[in-house]
Amino acid sequence: MKILVCISNVPDTTSKINFTGDNKEFDKNGVQFVINPWDEYALTRAIEIKEAKGGTVTVLNVGEADAEPNIRKALAIGADDAIRVNAHPKDAFFVAQQITAVAKENNYDMILMGKESIDYNGFQVHNMVGEMLGIPSVTPAFKLDMVDDSTARLEREIEGGKEVVEVKLPFVASAQQPMSEPRIPNMRGIMTARTKPLAVREPVGAEAKAEYVGYSKPEKKGGVKMIDPENAGELIALLRNEAKVL
Amino acid sequence: MSVLVFVEGLNGEIKKSSLEAAAYGSQVAQTLGTSATAVAIGEVHEEALAKLGEQGISKVLYDADSRLNQFVADAYVKVIAKAAQQESAKVLVFANSNIGAAVGSKLAVRLNGSLATNVTTLPKTDGGQFVVTRGVFSGKAFADVALTSDVKIIAVKKNAFEVSSNGGSTAAVEKLSADLADADFAAAPKETVMQDTDGGILLPEAEIVVSGGRGLKGPENWHLVEDLAKALGAATACSKPVSDLDWRPHHEHVGQTGITVSPNLYIAIGISGAIQHLAGVNSSKVIVVINKDPEAPFFKAADYGIVGDAFDVVPKLIEAAKALDK
Ligand SMILES: Cc1cc2nc3c(=O)[nH]c(=O)nc-3n(C[C@H](O)[C@H](O)[C@H](O)COP(=O)(O)OP(=O)(O)OC[C@H]3O[C@@H](n4cnc5c(N)ncnc54)[C@H](O)[C@@H]3O)c2cc1C
Ligand SMILES: Cc1cc2nc3c(=O)[nH]c(=O)nc-3n(C[C@H](O)[C@H](O)[C@H](O)COP(=O)(O)OP(=O)(O)OC[C@H]3O[C@@H](n4cnc5c(N)ncnc54)[C@H](O)[C@@H]3O)c2cc1C
Repeated sequence: MKILVCISNVPDTTSKINFTGDNKEFDKNGVQFVINPWDEYALTRAIEIKEAKGGTVTVLNVGEADAEPNIRKALAIGADDAIRVNAHPKDAFFVAQQITAVAKENNYDMILMGKESIDYNGFQVHNMVGEMLGIPSVTPAFKLDMVDDSTARLEREIEGGKEVVEVKLPFVASAQQPMSEPRIPNMRGIMTARTKPLAVREPVGAEAKAEYVGYSKPEKKGGVKMIDPENAGELIALLRNEAKVL
Repeated sequence: MSVLVFVEGLNGEIKKSSLEAAAYGSQVAQTLGTSATAVAIGEVHEEALAKLGEQGISKVLYDADSRLNQFVADAYVKVIAKAAQQESAKVLVFANSNIGAAVGSKLAVRLNGSLATNVTTLPKTDGGQFVVTRGVFSGKAFADVALTSDVKIIAVKKNAFEVSSNGGSTAAVEKLSADLADADFAAAPKETVMQDTDGGILLPEAEIVVSGGRGLKGPENWHLVEDLAKALGAATACSKPVSDLDWRPHHEHVGQTGITVSPNLYIAIGISGAIQHLAGVNSSKVIVVINKDPEAPFFKAADYGIVGDAFDVVPKLIEAAKALDK
C-alpha cells in the first residue's frame, strides 16, 4: 500500500493572529507553526494502515523551507519519506495542482488529507485533487478501513447524518475526528526522522485563481454583561429585547 | 449570463443554508443586472421549489432522478455543470456545507473557475473587480479575495445572510435532465444514515445552540440542555471531553476538532472556554456563558454571563423561556 499524506503548516490554534504591511500580509512574527491538526488524523490512520498491511507513507507539503520542522515531525511520527514542493502557496487551486503533479508521477493507492487547513479554512484542496486526478474524493471522513486489498470502506459526515461509502483504490479522502488517535513522536522516531529522505522539488507552472488582497479582524466584543444568578430569568428577557436573538 | 444557485433538500424541504445561498445569489444577480436561477436535485417538494421565488429566484431547474436522492459527488457535479452551461452562468453560489463545498470545489476544476468558500459578504464589483470577504484563521480574521477567473464560485457561510420572508412571487419550475450514466454513480454511498433530529434542527444550521460541558457532571443531567434547547427552538451541542466520554454523540462536538457553528445565539453551560473550544464557536453573534467559576476563560468571549451553579440557573432559564410568547 502506497499512501500519500498531505500536510499544511499552520499557526497553532492558540496563536494571536496579526497582519502587517497595511493589513495585506499575515504576520508570522512570534507565531508557533504546527502540522494542521486535521492532517494528524490522516497521518496516524495512514501509519496504522501501513502497520497492518505493509507499504509506505509519504508526506507532502507545498510550502517554503520554514515548514521543514513540521515535515520532520511527521517523519518522526512514522511516515517513511517526505516531499516538499518549494513554493509560496498563493491559493488552494495552486496547492491542488502541485499535489496532483506529485500524485501523477507516483501511483499512490490512497491520498489522505485533513478536512480543512485551519489557516485559510478552505475545505477544498481534497475535492480539487480528486477531480484533477479523476478519482473519487470522500470528504470529510471519520472512519476508514480496508475491505480487501483493492477496496476501502469510509464513513463520511453529511449535515444531519452520515454516509457509508465503498471505493476502489486509488482515491482521495480527508480526515476528521475520530478517524484515529494522533500520536506523539517518541525519542526513537525523532532520531530516525533525521535521516529519512526529504526531497525538495520545484513547483509545476500553475496559476492561482484567487488573489488575497487584504485582511481584517472581527470587531471586538463590547464586554460581558453579568446577570445575577438569583434573577437568571432576566437573561431571557435581555436576549429578546436587547440582543434581539430570541 | 446569470447567477446559478445550487439548493440542497432535506426531507422534501430546502435546507435553511440553501435558502440563505438563494437570497445571496439573487442579490448578486441584482448587482450584476441579471437574474438568478436555482438548480435542485433529488427529493424536494414542488411547492418548496416554487417558494424559492421568495428569495428572489426567478426559475428553478429540477432534476428528479431518484438516484440523486443521496449525495453522489460526480453525478451532482454533472447536473450542476449542465445547468450552468444552459444558463451561461458566470457566478455559481452554494451553501458552505459538506455537500456544497464538495461540489463547488469539483466544479472550480471542471469549469476552470475561481472558488471562495466560507464567504461572509456580497461581492464588491467596483473597477471591474469581484472581491468577496471570507472567514479565515478559524474565526480570528477575515480576508478579502479577488476572484480572477471568468467563472466565480462562492460557498456562503452558514447563518451569515438573512433569508427573506416577504411572501411574494413564485419561481417557475422546469425539468432538467443531465442524462446520467451508471458510471456517474460508481462512488454512490452504500448506505445513508440520518440522525434522529427530533425537532428537525440541524446543529450546523441552527440559529440558536445550547451547549453543555463537563460541568454538567454526567449524561443523566442532559435534560437541562435538552429542555432549554426545546424551549428556545435550539439545537444541542457539547464540548470535546463530553463526546470523548460518550455522554453525547460525536457529531455534537464543536471546536477545533469538531464542527464549527456560527449561530445567532450560543449558550455555553459548564464549559470552561478553552481556546480549542472557542475556535468552533467564536463567530457566533451572541454568546452566553453559565459557569460557577467567575474566572472561567469563556467569560472573556461572552456577551452575557451568569456566575452560578448550572443546576440552579438552568431550570430558571427553562421556565423563563417557556413563558416567552412565540
Ligand atoms: C495568501 C496566502 C498566504 C499563504 N502563506 C503561506 C505560508 O507562508 N506558508 C505556508 O506554508 N503556506 C502558506 N499558504 C498556504 C496555506 O497554508 C494553505 O496551504 C493553502 O492556502 C490551502 O488552504 P485551504 O484552507 O484552502 O486548504 P483546505 O482545502 O482547507 O485544506 C485541506 C487539506 O489539504 C491539504 N493541504 C492544504 N494545503 C496544503 C499544503 N500547502 N501542502 C500540502 N497539503 C495541503 C491538507 O491535508 C489540508 O488538511 C498561504 C496561502 C495563502 C492563500
Ligand atoms: C489538539 C486539541 C484539540 C481540542 N479540540 C477541542 C474541540 O474541538 N472542542 C472542545 O470543546 N475541546 C477541545 N479540546 C479540549 C479543550 O482544550 C478543553 O479541554 C475542553 O474544551 C474542556 O471541556 P469542558 O469545558 O467541557 O471541561 P472543563 O475544562 O473541565 O470545564 C468544565 C467547566 O464547568 C464548570 N462547572 C463545573 N461545575 C459546574 C456547575 N455545577 N455549574 C456551572 N459550571 C460548572 C467549571 O468551572 C469549568 O469551567 C482540544 C484540546 C486539544 C489539545
